[in-house]
Amino acid sequence: MSRRVLLIEDEPNIIEAIRFLLTRDGWDVNTHSDGTNAVEVVQEAKPDLVILDMMLPGRSGMDILRDLREIVELAGLPVLMLTARGQSRDRDMAEKAGVSRFMTKPFSNTEVLTAVRDLVAQASRS
Amino acid sequence: MARDTLTGGRIRERRLIAGMRQAELAREAGISASYLNLIEHNRRRIGGKLLVNIAHVLGVEPSMLSEGAEAALISTLREAAADADKVQAETERVDEFAGRFPGWAQVLAQSHRRIASLERTVDILSDRLSHDPDLAASLHEVLSTAASIRSTASILAETGDLEAKWRDRFHRNLNEDSLRLAESSKTLVSYLDESDRSENPGSIPREEAEAFCAAQGYHFPELEEGLKTPEEMVEGRSELASRASRRIAVDFLRQYSSDALALPLEPFSEACAKFGPDPALLAGEFGAGIPEVLRRIAAMPETVVPQGAGLVICDSSGGMLLRKNVEGFAMPRFGVPCPLWPLFLALNRPLVALRRDVVQAGRSGAGFTCYAQSWPVNTPDLTENPLYHSVMLILPKPGDEEPASGTVRLGSTCRVCPRQRCIARREPSVLRQDF
Repeated sequence: MSRRVLLIEDEPNIIEAIRFLLTRDGWDVNTHSDGTNAVEVVQEAKPDLVILDMMLPGRSGMDILRDLREIVELAGLPVLMLTARGQSRDRDMAEKAGVSRFMTKPFSNTEVLTAVRDLVAQASRS
Repeated sequence: MARDTLTGGRIRERRLIAGMRQAELAREAGISASYLNLIEHNRRRIGGKLLVNIAHVLGVEPSMLSEGAEAALISTLREAAADADKVQAETERVDEFAGRFPGWAQVLAQSHRRIASLERTVDILSDRLSHDPDLAASLHEVLSTAASIRSTASILAETGDLEAKWRDRFHRNLNEDSLRLAESSKTLVSYLDESDRSENPGSIPREEAEAFCAAQGYHFPELEEGLKTPEEMVEGRSELASRASRRIAVDFLRQYSSDALALPLEPFSEACAKFGPDPALLAGEFGAGIPEVLRRIAAMPETVVPQGAGLVICDSSGGMLLRKNVEGFAMPRFGVPCPLWPLFLALNRPLVALRRDVVQAGRSGAGFTCYAQSWPVNTPDLTENPLYHSVMLILPKPGDEEPASGTVRLGSTCRVCPRQRCIARREPSVLRQDF
């Protein structure tokens, strides 16, 4: 059974590129583009990892991350956050909120792929 | 030499410039020539009503005599000394320095002002990078598109056995994203260009809006006559270099139009002539609220309110929303004003109109009558909090009027206020008590 990634991102062409990249690497990729109900979507999808954009319509990725960490069964879910805001205070805030990896745009495909593999491997070991 | 002992010398200098004999000035000021002689030779102290009278005869501001033309220079030099890190300047000899080396003093003061201006520009630009939503959105758009292009291009370059269907799709995406990047880059450059075109790239939008209003004397005939809309009024105005300043100016002009509609120029001018600029009488005459009347008095041309009228409006945090200066009443350009201003007292007593006679410390001793009231700018339901703004009208009192009992002594801002033992002091002053 392939492992599942939920990609929460609102840029269609980024979605398409990441979906292609991960699918070819053997991942089952679901996507979602609205921040408003993102927490519910994560709860239903039960992914092995979430790729979460910081700036989403409806709700910020940071708020979604904080809510995910409040849910006991999702406390250990790997979350890779993508953001165009690379300032140190954004990184600090994300780390305080419980992000697993923080990656600034524009990122390289290799970076994303490596991060996804590493984070899921770490989570399955713990 | 102490500053107050130089007043006599300045009177003498001004008298000679005016081509007046000592006896002539003495007669017009209502004193003997011998007494004026003692004053001019700094052997008698002078202040209060006599100083104002002499200044009136000489046709100068009393502060020109009491503080000298270099008062602003001295004040700036003191600020420079206060800001100097690990250097103890001889502040007690600042007058001597300015007097003996006026050129160097100007250089130092100019450098100090330049440093303050540059520091402010850095603060504003840093703040803009962090909080300007337009800039943040523009940068986000550029970086997101770059991310998409990089990722897509990488797939095309590195995936050897890419199916034609996917290859075509990614080429199409690449084309779309490159167009988008071109557009968003242009938007970003145009945004930054707009900032650069501003007369003062470090200026604050509210200051630009105030400069626009000041250039019009805070009176807008086209709005009074309904010939233009607020939006049309701000079009092409060089003072309003940024979108933010244009928006602030439009908001101000909308309020102005609304006040002008409620209190039309002609009948309001006639009522001012009949009652004087008395807010209570004018509000009763027109059935209007005090805040509207205060704003309207300040918007009258000089022909209606010849003594001039200052106006300040703040929000409930004390943040200044509008400053219309009036001669003799100092309003800080930077920093927080004196908390003793009736403007702030009114915030503690919502909807209660206040009148206070005031004198600003450290100035020429000129008196003002201030009227203030705060009012809710929203209409909250039972679960919401009201949000208050406060307005204060500042009317100069006649020069020869003695201060009324109960006159409030207040300052401009703590940093340049000489009242050392003031209950409202929040930071030390750079001035001496006897300045």
